[in-house]
Amino acid sequence: MTDQTALHYTEEHEWIAIDGDVATIGITDYAAEKLGDVVFVELPAAGTTVTEGTVVGEIESTKSVGELFAPVSGEVVEANQTVVDSPELVNSDPFGEGWLIKVNASSLPKFLTHAEYRALVGE
Amino acid sequence: MTNEPGTASLESSSSERRSPLDAVHRAAGASFTDFAGWQMPVRYSSDLAEHHAVRTAAGLFDLSHMGEIVLIGQQAAAALDHALAGKLSAIEIGQAKYSLLLADDGGIIDDLVVYRTGDDRYMVVANASNAAVVADELRARAEGFDTFVSDESDDVALIALQGPDARAVLLETPGFGVDGPGNDEEDFDAKLEGLKYYRAFPATFEGEPVLVARTGYTGEDGFELYLAPERATRLWEALAETGGPRVTPCGLASRDTLRLEAGMPLYGHELSRDILPVQAGLGRVVALAKPDEFVGRAAVEQGPAADAPVLVGLAAEGRRAPRAEYEVFDGADADAARVGVITSGALSPTLGHPIAMALVAPDAAEPGSELFVDVRGTRVAASVVALPFYKRTA
Repeated sequence: MTDQTALHYTEEHEWIAIDGDVATIGITDYAAEKLGDVVFVELPAAGTTVTEGTVVGEIESTKSVGELFAPVSGEVVEANQTVVDSPELVNSDPFGEGWLIKVNASSLPKFLTHAEYRALVGE
Repeated sequence: MTNEPGTASLESSSSERRSPLDAVHRAAGASFTDFAGWQMPVRYSSDLAEHHAVRTAAGLFDLSHMGEIVLIGQQAAAALDHALAGKLSAIEIGQAKYSLLLADDGGIIDDLVVYRTGDDRYMVVANASNAAVVADELRARAEGFDTFVSDESDDVALIALQGPDARAVLLETPGFGVDGPGNDEEDFDAKLEGLKYYRAFPATFEGEPVLVARTGYTGEDGFELYLAPERATRLWEALAETGGPRVTPCGLASRDTLRLEAGMPLYGHELSRDILPVQAGLGRVVALAKPDEFVGRAAVEQGPAADAPVLVGLAAEGRRAPRAEYEVFDGADADAARVGVITSGALSPTLGHPIAMALVAPDAAEPGSELFVDVRGTRVAASVVALPFYKRTA
């Protein structure tokens, strides 16, 4: 069980778990619920260099399309193939099995804390 | 002669209006969306689960945002024959008919379901976004006819029970009777069992009037129940309780994917003031044979330009859905010609592949034509297929 209070957050409704140089990135339960049932996930391949703030992937639900913004700059070291095969994991376990990409981050911008993020979404 | 002033005020329509079932939806944990100025449930838990529930069991929808405009008077039928594209005088008491309100230039102001509820009375059901416009148009067009046009939208709630189990659940739900002497549940059951598609009958629920109609917008068998707003919560709860696991509350998200699979148009997407009925495959809805001078006749008789776009179904492979406003091309290359635009699209929950409706040039509309949709920068191949995408087997 992921400790959500230990994660970092962005205003784009992403969460980031930092382990050494590697940032694991997913979208929050709030974002997943707003999207509705996720039916398609497109992620950057391992080896892709991503730039903070740019769109690097898509999360589609029956109703709408959400964009995945890179919250950090660096090289994608792994994309979650399990979530590509089973996009519903974004809804059922957004902070766990529903993680999206791991990025080898050269430096980290300032993120929101758990409390700041919850305040942002009005919870 | 005509018409009472409308009951719906502009002030209330510009703010967030709430359904009489609002508290029920909130208690059920629904997510809400703004729809035509109304806060309505978009889903309760899962769009997909709600969609599948309607295809395999039954779904319960709150459609209280829709507009109900009543015409009463000796010339109600004649007024509707003049005001609408169909021949409403030809339907029997207890019959319903899909119809269109056209502009002078033949454009579609709204699509409607019209119920004949008596010899001299009709109920016109309009889309929420158009209800006020429809009421105004009907009032204006009824001038000179002996009929009274009344916008009853605020006094009518609408609950739909849709799906293969809908009839059984409705039969089992206690509290229904028929309108009139006797008024017992066996009479209700007999009426319901004999009710054909696109027919309705006046009934009672716990002693209060309810119009029971075998109509819907999901591609499944089902019923729409019109009643007073203050009775809506009791009826909703009775249906949910009786149905138990067979009945799933459903939001507008699943309603949209269900109607799309069934190839049914949605106003503002497939239908608008910019197209003639024939372009949307609705030529049959316009009764050119009727003698009346109805609004839009001349434009419909003249027909659209030869190159005017027509509505088609598109089916694609993979999982990326074409969505409303995406552009359609006749080739995969950058220099391919643009031939149309998507009006609605989704990854079909029932079929498992992307489906869409699109307005495309006539020469691209042949079934089997290979077209390409620009899905956010990627050209996705899609073939023109006949509508509907989904048809129930039973």
